[in-house]
Amino acid sequence: MSALFSALAALFVGDLQRDRVVPASGYTSTLTSLTAAAMAFLVVFALALSSASYRLAQNWSEALEQSATLRISAPVEQLDAQVARAIEILETTPGVASARALSSEEQSDLLTPWLGVDVPFDKLPLPRLIEIVQTPDGFDPQGLRLRLTGELPSAVLDDHVRWRRPLVQAANWLSVLGVVAIGLIGMTSGAMIILATRAALAANAQVITVLRLIGATDAYIEAAFVRRFAFRTFIGAVLGTIIGAGVVALFPGEEEQAAILTGLRLSGVEWMWLVLIPPTLSSIAFSATRYAANRVLKGLT
Amino acid sequence: MSDCILCGAQAQQVSDVKSGADVIELDAVAYSYGGGELLSDMSLTITPGAFYFLTGPSGAGKTTFLKMCYVALKPTSGALKLFGQDVRTMERNDIALVRRRIGVVHQDCQFIDHLSVADNIALPLSVSGQNNWDDTINLKELLAWVGLSHRANAMPPELSGGERQRAALARAIIMSPDIVLADEPTGNVDWEMSERLLRLLLELNRMGKTVVIASHDLSLIRSAKSQVQARVLRIANKRLQLAGANL
Repeated sequence: MSALFSALAALFVGDLQRDRVVPASGYTSTLTSLTAAAMAFLVVFALALSSASYRLAQNWSEALEQSATLRISAPVEQLDAQVARAIEILETTPGVASARALSSEEQSDLLTPWLGVDVPFDKLPLPRLIEIVQTPDGFDPQGLRLRLTGELPSAVLDDHVRWRRPLVQAANWLSVLGVVAIGLIGMTSGAMIILATRAALAANAQVITVLRLIGATDAYIEAAFVRRFAFRTFIGAVLGTIIGAGVVALFPGEEEQAAILTGLRLSGVEWMWLVLIPPTLSSIAFSATRYAANRVLKGLT
Repeated sequence: MSDCILCGAQAQQVSDVKSGADVIELDAVAYSYGGGELLSDMSLTITPGAFYFLTGPSGAGKTTFLKMCYVALKPTSGALKLFGQDVRTMERNDIALVRRRIGVVHQDCQFIDHLSVADNIALPLSVSGQNNWDDTINLKELLAWVGLSHRANAMPPELSGGERQRAALARAIIMSPDIVLADEPTGNVDWEMSERLLRLLLELNRMGKTVVIASHDLSLIRSAKSQVQARVLRIANKRLQLAGANL
């Protein structure tokens, strides 16, 4: 614990002489920063994906939970009468807040994306749709179906559960997948830093031998490497996060449409999460470097 | 001049080493490597201020012996104590701390090649957290003492063999250690430079430092014996023997 404390102290309190002990290795440093930048960039996207799909799942659940649809198919001359009867039934059903038949314009609007603009909807024998808004307690769909079967055999009640459930599940999974991706990116960053540290330690074997010979403690040698990698990772991560945030901000999309592709963005407080990316990645680098350096140094005299 | 360089160091040494405490004690020490015994049954007590030569044929184990003295190797059996502390009980940090009291000069001394000679010599101070050099020792005077004032800003790869040895010696003593261990310090240099290095080591000994030099250079040993009461140890048949006066 005290070793960790002294390593942390050494990280923040610079020692010019000690930092110079490890030769500047432009190549490794640049690669470390670049990898950290790429990782931070990916984390931004994973975060955006995760939060967008989470929001989508929430929206779908809320919007669809409150509504249901009743479809009436009947010969044209009986249609209006059946719709009126259906609305009567619905208004006396406990758990139904309101029921409203969609106008033919609204029905056309719903069908246009699927069938195109030139279809003469008014000439088609379309069933009529009744939108049901439920009270928070909801109605009993089985009971309503039984009642409708008696009076309006052609009515089909759709409470959206059938297709809502898999969609919400898929969106939730997508959100979890985003979090898993962030975890994997963190692990990969750690592994990358360990490899880079091992390479740096191997390349500086002579420096380490000399330092041990003149009485340097492991903490001193570790600090020289840890500081370098944590710092490089931080710089890279800041860069990657800024670029990632810029790209996400510029992502074309409309708030209105709750679709996964158009909703790939962060909103409000979610932007604050990005601030955590550079310190988190550099903490991973800090721990990974310490771990790798510790293992290598233990093998030396 | 030498007196003023290390006079502070001498005072420190008196406080550090408990009076009369032996600096290196070996009791039936053996070192085995790969199943075979390289050194066996070595017992010896080195007192503060002593001057020792360690001689013997190549491969006899002189370097192994010195490595045990600065805990680069630990004995495989027997007890070895440095400043009264058993090396078997030493953790890695203890080893680092004890090395600050032991100056080591190798035949092929290594430096940190991207730091200047002056920085390399001062490195032990930085490593031990003494960044205020002036309080401890005057780096300039030390450089002058080993005759490297004009090479202070040179990089180690630019130094000649003799200059490297003297730089290593300066680095070994900047912490004012209690012991100076030198492994074939004159192996790569001509006779004149050997004499010069020997003079520096003799001077350190006169200031109270314990000096142990591994060397198979008999003329160097003879030259030293004429100036100091040096004891000569010989490693032969895996054992340590006190050599007679017939050198």
